[in-house]
Amino acid sequence: MSITTPIDLTLPDARGHFGIFGGRFVSETLSAALDELEKTYAQLRNDPDFQAQFDHDLAHYVGRPSPLYLAERLTAKCGGAQIYLKREDLNHTGAHKINNTIGQALLAKFMGKKKIIAETGAGQHGVASATVAARFGLECKVFMGSTDVERQKLNVYRMKLLGAEVESVTSGTKTLKDAMNEAMRHWVTHVDDTFYIIGTAAGPHPYPMLVRDFQSVIGRETIRQCDEQIGRQPDAVVACVGGGSNAIGMFHPYMPYSDVALYGVEAGGLGLHGNDHAAPLNKGRPGVLHGNRTYLMEDDDGQIMGTHSISAGLDYPGVGPEHSWLKDVGRAQYVAATDDEALHAFYELTQLEGIMPALESAHAIAYAMKLAATMRSDQVIVVNLSGRGDKDIHTVASLDGITA
Amino acid sequence: MSRITSVFTELKAAKRKALIPYITAGDPSLDSTVPMMHALVEAGADIIELGVPFSDPMADGPTIQLACERALAHGTRLRDVLAMVVEFRAQNQHTPVVLMGYLNPVEAMGYDVFVEQAVASGVDGVLMVDLPPEEATEVEGFFKDADLDMIYLVAPTTTDERIQRIAESGTGYVYYVSMRGVTGSNALDVPDVERNLQRIRQFVSIPVGVGFGIQNSQSAAQVAAISDGVIVGSAIVNLIAANAQQPDMARQQVANLVAGMRQAMDA
Repeated sequence: MSITTPIDLTLPDARGHFGIFGGRFVSETLSAALDELEKTYAQLRNDPDFQAQFDHDLAHYVGRPSPLYLAERLTAKCGGAQIYLKREDLNHTGAHKINNTIGQALLAKFMGKKKIIAETGAGQHGVASATVAARFGLECKVFMGSTDVERQKLNVYRMKLLGAEVESVTSGTKTLKDAMNEAMRHWVTHVDDTFYIIGTAAGPHPYPMLVRDFQSVIGRETIRQCDEQIGRQPDAVVACVGGGSNAIGMFHPYMPYSDVALYGVEAGGLGLHGNDHAAPLNKGRPGVLHGNRTYLMEDDDGQIMGTHSISAGLDYPGVGPEHSWLKDVGRAQYVAATDDEALHAFYELTQLEGIMPALESAHAIAYAMKLAATMRSDQVIVVNLSGRGDKDIHTVASLDGITA
Repeated sequence: MSRITSVFTELKAAKRKALIPYITAGDPSLDSTVPMMHALVEAGADIIELGVPFSDPMADGPTIQLACERALAHGTRLRDVLAMVVEFRAQNQHTPVVLMGYLNPVEAMGYDVFVEQAVASGVDGVLMVDLPPEEATEVEGFFKDADLDMIYLVAPTTTDERIQRIAESGTGYVYYVSMRGVTGSNALDVPDVERNLQRIRQFVSIPVGVGFGIQNSQSAAQVAAISDGVIVGSAIVNLIAANAQQPDMARQQVANLVAGMRQAMDA
């Protein structure tokens, strides 16, 4: 395996830029809070005590390392490359989101903040935030679009059981982007005692960097497990991309491995021909939203468009700035899977492997199945199975005509 | 000298303070905005902040969020806002107009195109809420070359170091956000504002206007006494919203509010 460094691995730069992407495009009212966070993180990033606490909780609370599993029956069905699954669905709370919330809750603790807030789409990040709030004895408020509150009832209830307050957001399109707007507004007003745990690798600097760093445990483990279990690194790595935190956690450690192809799978919704999707890297253009410059779904006037995806977690008009940069420098390829393809993959993985994926992760499975069929049987694909599908049973059941 | 600087110079000579109302362009309709701008001037406005509607107004409270939604519901675009300024300028060449909003509509139009059209339309300054000076380094040349004033926010949490940075970049006036929060908040603390203005003036030589939390004549007069200008947004937008079906009534009520503030500030 040749290891070269074709691209700059030191990014973001001091101002949070990945090429033209990223940055800190926020109102002055947030600048001091972001400066404070940036300074704290710069101190703690290489602090052995902080890293030891993070690693300890990842091992004993989250249950890491998560397994790397060869999906033999799925591989046989596709008739090509061997498909391995990185089992982030087996983490405590059922998704990769907890890696990041542990890291940010530790930051909150070091900064002496007693309250945390979070935005959530599917509810996975909200649950992961409510969970660490309970674990660290912090007050927690989660902002969630009212449309998502309706379609993710189970997770809303989980957050409430964990002691969090769920604030239903009725402005704009009533989904993830509006939840993020509202969380920012709340943060501006309560910045003294409140830490904002952003759930994806987007937002103003330093969030894209710190979320990536916390999620990079996924890729680092995968590299080690591939060495141990396969004796080499995979030919391709596949992950779904909404904001893109699970994907960047998998991709970032792989960036120097130039023989490993990186595929990010966006939500193709009803198809990329119209506007009913959430695929800014495939169909959008660069713009500024939520504190960073990145690819966006926007109209000619620069207004942010509503998006559509079967999975609430991918239903977001932007994407983390590092993905925009990886697209433009050509290190990663960004493709899409439609609602129907994701749903088909959901059934296939459930029935062939006894693993029920989150609808978000089912997008990655869907593309990996297509890709595997074009590859040889001695080749290897690793799919980041970012979350489990329990939360989506309601959605799938109603599509099947079953009313709970 | 820019139109904004001239107005502040005239006001200073007359020992008066600037009254700067904000309205969202296209709220509640495209053709209600220019008559409202004229009504604001007649009632005593010195400068008008004209809001460019945006789908995701992250720094605004519910009042201005809803104003943006109303304006966008019938498709108010940045180029429509520029056309409103052209129409306003047909009758008024004196009152400065500042476009206030978020960066993305400007970015979508292109900085060169926007600056050229803004100047041609009679716009005097821009305040892009989510463009802090650090991120403006690559684009501020467009604005400065065209003599468009770049107005920046200063918040209670802004450090002295950042105030100096803003003082170097800002022209026209500086907008001091009187409290921690979003627009439409209601917790004006005048002594705290006064302390922060003293701090800001150590670094900033251009006029400083104060916004957020000014809802009536009394608070307008209090803020006028300690600053160079009084910025009023949500209190006006609330009246426009309450009279969305009756533009004449909206104009009358807004004019009454603004005239009352003018009187209290000049007393």
